[in-house]
Amino acid sequence: MVVRRRIQGHRFAESPVLQLALQGWRSRMVGLVLIAALGLLVLRGFYLQVINNDFLQEKGESRYLRDIEVSASRGRIVDRNGDMLAVSTPMKSIWAIPADARQMGLAQKQQLAALLETNLKELDGKLGSDKTFIFLKRQVPPEVADQVAALKLPGVHDEKEYRRYYPTADMTAHIVGFTGVDDKGLEGVELAFQNSLIGRSGARSVIKDRRGRIVEDVGALKPPQDGKDVRLALDSKVQYLAYSQLKAAVADTHAKAGGVVVMDVKTGEILALANWPTYNPNNRESLSGAQLRNRAVTDSFEPGSTLKPFTAALALEKGHVRFDSIVNCAPGRLTIGSATISDAHPHGALTVAQVIQKSSNVGAAKLALAFPPKDMWEMFDAVGFGQPPRLGFPGEVGGRLRPWKNWRPIEQATMAYGHGISVSLMQLARAYTAFARDGEVIPLSLVKRDEPVVHGVPVFSPQTARELRTMLEMVVSPEGTANKARVPGYRVGGKTGTAHKLEGHAYVNKYVASFIGLAPISDPRLIVAVMIDEPAGAHYGGDVAGPVFSQIMGGALRTLGIPPDAPVTMAQAPIAKEKL
Amino acid sequence: MDIVGSLRRWLQQSIAYIDPPLLFITLAIMAVGVVTVFSASYDGNNRAASQVLNMGIALFSMWLVSRLPPQKMMRFAVPLYILGVILLVGVFLFGVKVNGARRWLSLGFTRIQPSEIMKIAMPLMLAWYFHKYEATLKFRHYIVAALILLIPFALIAKQPDLGTALLVGAAGFYVIFFAGLPWKVIIGLGAAGAAAAPFVWTVLHDYQRKRILTLLDPSSDPLGAGYHIIQSTIAIGSGGLLGKGYLNGTQTHLEFIPEKHTDFIFAVFSEEWGLIGNCFLIFLYTLLIGRGLMIAAAAPTLFTRLLAGAITLGFFTYAFINMGMVSGILPVVGVPLPFVSYGGTALVTLFIGIGMLMSIHTHRMLVKK
Repeated sequence: MVVRRRIQGHRFAESPVLQLALQGWRSRMVGLVLIAALGLLVLRGFYLQVINNDFLQEKGESRYLRDIEVSASRGRIVDRNGDMLAVSTPMKSIWAIPADARQMGLAQKQQLAALLETNLKELDGKLGSDKTFIFLKRQVPPEVADQVAALKLPGVHDEKEYRRYYPTADMTAHIVGFTGVDDKGLEGVELAFQNSLIGRSGARSVIKDRRGRIVEDVGALKPPQDGKDVRLALDSKVQYLAYSQLKAAVADTHAKAGGVVVMDVKTGEILALANWPTYNPNNRESLSGAQLRNRAVTDSFEPGSTLKPFTAALALEKGHVRFDSIVNCAPGRLTIGSATISDAHPHGALTVAQVIQKSSNVGAAKLALAFPPKDMWEMFDAVGFGQPPRLGFPGEVGGRLRPWKNWRPIEQATMAYGHGISVSLMQLARAYTAFARDGEVIPLSLVKRDEPVVHGVPVFSPQTARELRTMLEMVVSPEGTANKARVPGYRVGGKTGTAHKLEGHAYVNKYVASFIGLAPISDPRLIVAVMIDEPAGAHYGGDVAGPVFSQIMGGALRTLGIPPDAPVTMAQAPIAKEKL
Repeated sequence: MDIVGSLRRWLQQSIAYIDPPLLFITLAIMAVGVVTVFSASYDGNNRAASQVLNMGIALFSMWLVSRLPPQKMMRFAVPLYILGVILLVGVFLFGVKVNGARRWLSLGFTRIQPSEIMKIAMPLMLAWYFHKYEATLKFRHYIVAALILLIPFALIAKQPDLGTALLVGAAGFYVIFFAGLPWKVIIGLGAAGAAAAPFVWTVLHDYQRKRILTLLDPSSDPLGAGYHIIQSTIAIGSGGLLGKGYLNGTQTHLEFIPEKHTDFIFAVFSEEWGLIGNCFLIFLYTLLIGRGLMIAAAAPTLFTRLLAGAITLGFFTYAFINMGMVSGILPVVGVPLPFVSYGGTALVTLFIGIGMLMSIHTHRMLVKK
């Protein structure tokens, strides 16, 4: 060990031994190392802060600047009077970063579980996830979300979202439909009008901290465009009437299902559309396919006698017969080839009008066999059978109308009274606009129309339509099949249908009872179509669907303020025979 | 009695052992510290006030220690060292495990961290040892000194607390170095160290290995081990030449910087004050180290010289390791930035060192009288 001794006189210390100094190279080395190390730090700073500054600044910004989506509010669905059928209410979703949220204490977890109406085990299960983002609960009321936020839990956040609420619930379920949790229309109008309801979400630029909390709002890049409201043609009061009457009727007759359509004759607007069974769109936890079906639009059935007026109208139109031409319906049976057509009650000679009034299958078949299949097919096609009514609903059916070239005479004969052909209730109601208006069929509309439809597709002459209206009015007379369909104060007309159901390839002892009618006869404004599927007990259309029609039509006429066209005393009196 | 006179005498008496340059330099660095702690904890519960309190306690400790003559300090060397080793063994046997590391010893009413004592006890002990054998220094004394150094080093490294072990080891090494360790031995040690590196690699804990690998390529594990380094280099780099301005550091206030008021406070400072602030802080440390080395050079005895040199280089080591790790040129080890990072214990330890330096310097002056 060499120690350099430096003699400096006796300035500080007495002993020269105390003048021990570091060896020269040693102190120089220390100095060099220090300068090198501190210089390295400065150089590193220079490298990061001057040379790499732009790059690192950008990287820094990419960590906190975010463009976030600002969700647009979904448009409302309202009825023709502006009553709410579907509204979006602001809700929150509670989400978490599991790794952060696991730091919660037991007490905090218990509080959170209580607020989210779950239990500790379930919560722990979710937080055990190794994902970086999980939903703890969606569609939480804002008050609850605020309480959660007030707990200041680590790693627990919320996000604004909307919940769709349907004030009219099961009453309008099939029309309005519903949306999924991500605001996507899944059924009904919600699906049909998805594009205009959805709106366009905007974007904002925000500063977020490491935990994803928004610290500062820098500004809007693009404002959100809220979805457009959809104003339906539906009238809530008429809808309520239709729905409640249908519900009661199905319960009374112990039927399997049913449907009602109420239509404005002048505009083609759907004022009511009800089906049974239905469901509550606000609570869809236990939902069956049968409940979901919008039968009036998506199910086709063999309409039965409700098609007879079309046969009669075509016969009048082609000039084969007149209103009071005699058709021999005796003895209540008609054999064509190997098949025999029969009436429920045998009739003798009937006028064309009486064929409709009494609903004679034999009469209708005889009328039909007088013209070529092509004419009949063209008429059916013109009133809209075999093609969907194009309302925009998902799953609309067009029914079955076979090409006329393959028709055998027996088939043409049965089609005259509504068998061997199938339609939906909506198609049938629409076809009746030909009688309610002066022979033309008009397009339908789910949404409110501001102007009446002036021109439809002409099918029959105004004269034929007028005569048909008279025949339809006769149906509700005491001599007709649907006296129970009468409405006090109004002249109404319509046609019953009692169709055997086809199961597989055979007709079984199950029925579809229906009644399609219009009123007031002097200037028709409304068409009401009622269909009851598989009523137990009485199964005639006049007995089962007639009274339902009467209630709905009467209520709707009064609700809409349509003036009565028959003095009450007259309406209750039997319709005079000489009118025929 | 002349009250003013006696008051003045009492005042003179009480500041007699304070070294003004050292005091002002440390106060300047601490001012940077308080200002930065204020910013770093701005968004949560602010710790600046509590740091000021820590500083009061630390300054008081400094004052006490500065009044202690070096001769008396020497008496503490052996007992303090032995106490430290016993406590470290205690930690090894009965330590409280926190976050997988056994660093604390529970005394019932409080918990102490014996490795902190070693930061002072190690240079004290070695300086005393070399002082004692000054006249007859042989090579075997270096062997003994190495043992004195390695025992606590191993105990602390075993906890595991590599950062503190390195600091304690460094403090001891500086004493040995200044005591005149032959440079052949230094080169030999360096060579041996390089040769042993692969072996050390296998001894290191997984997380320690990961930290070293991460240093080489932080982006290999951006969310795990590389997270700290990536975030702090981004913060420093985005500060630029002039910084983003006080309280305007986005990375800090958006909580992207981990442990921002303790180990990573340099990133906070650097983001807000830029390269200019950076250089200013390094300049302050240079002044501190310079003053410390001046005191060491002027120290009257071998003990005081070695002690002063080791303490001063200790400050340098703290600052260099911390700033180096935060700016991404050294692996992440838990070393606070001296006089700046929040924390009472570390501050008190540092100021005991400052007090020792002052004592060494001012008592030398008194010897002259």
